[in-house]
Amino acid sequence: MDLYIIVFYLFALITIVSAAVVVISKNIVYSAFALLFTFFGVAGLYVLLMADFLAITQLLIYVGGILVLIIFGVMLTTRVIQVDMRTSAIQTVPAVIIVAALAGTLIGMFWSTDWPMAPASQAFEKTTPKIGEMLLTSYLLPFEIASVVLLVALVGAAMIARRERKAS
Amino acid sequence: MAQEIIQLLRTPGLNHFLIISGILFSLGVFAILTRRNAIMVLMGIELVLNAANINFLAFSRYTSGTLDGQVIAIFVIILAAAEAAIALAIVLNIYQNFNTVNVDEINKLKD
Repeated sequence: MDLYIIVFYLFALITIVSAAVVVISKNIVYSAFALLFTFFGVAGLYVLLMADFLAITQLLIYVGGILVLIIFGVMLTTRVIQVDMRTSAIQTVPAVIIVAALAGTLIGMFWSTDWPMAPASQAFEKTTPKIGEMLLTSYLLPFEIASVVLLVALVGAAMIARRERKAS
Repeated sequence: MAQEIIQLLRTPGLNHFLIISGILFSLGVFAILTRRNAIMVLMGIELVLNAANINFLAFSRYTSGTLDGQVIAIFVIILAAAEAAIALAIVLNIYQNFNTVNVDEINKLKD
């Protein structure tokens, strides 16, 4: 159990610190790479919550897919040659006030609420077979809709991003 | 009092995960509110979605005992992937038209 505590605080630290770097860093490339560590930390927290399938999915889709997309976006929209990677911030003071109020409210609410706890089993169970079964039984309709959404997003992204071809 | 705090820190439970997700959510909202670069705003949205996913998994583990929260988290990841692809395509298109991706400078519908 002691190892669990150490690993929990390690992943919590990685997540929070690298998320803070993402938000605060002026250099957008640093932000993109700090986002990598945030996703890793969140995947570690998923493992501690006994969601092995979700942790692997997080690594594959976020780190392997979304992060690469974001870095592509950075490369294509920033003038790399002129070393103009800096991005500025606006409205910092009101945003700090709003976000501090938001975080205080959320954390106070989390502490003061008496959540209905179910007896959490300590033994680890494989989640992949159960998730697969649920996706094809009780969540079949959302699963199919998600597949259509992905197809539409694929076609739509290709359609939006391609250059306009001159009518010849 | 000190003993209680130490005892609390020594037993990571539901509240600890919820607080991490709360901090992550707040940082994401901060990025959305303050950054001018549209891609930084997208990164903030990803942080917010990750915070929501941590909440889903924590409640699924500690309060329900079923895997419904994990299935919902999978759908959140699917939608995040679709959203990232579409949003980056739009950002690239904006860059081609305006030659900037700063959200406060893009204030025209047409040139």
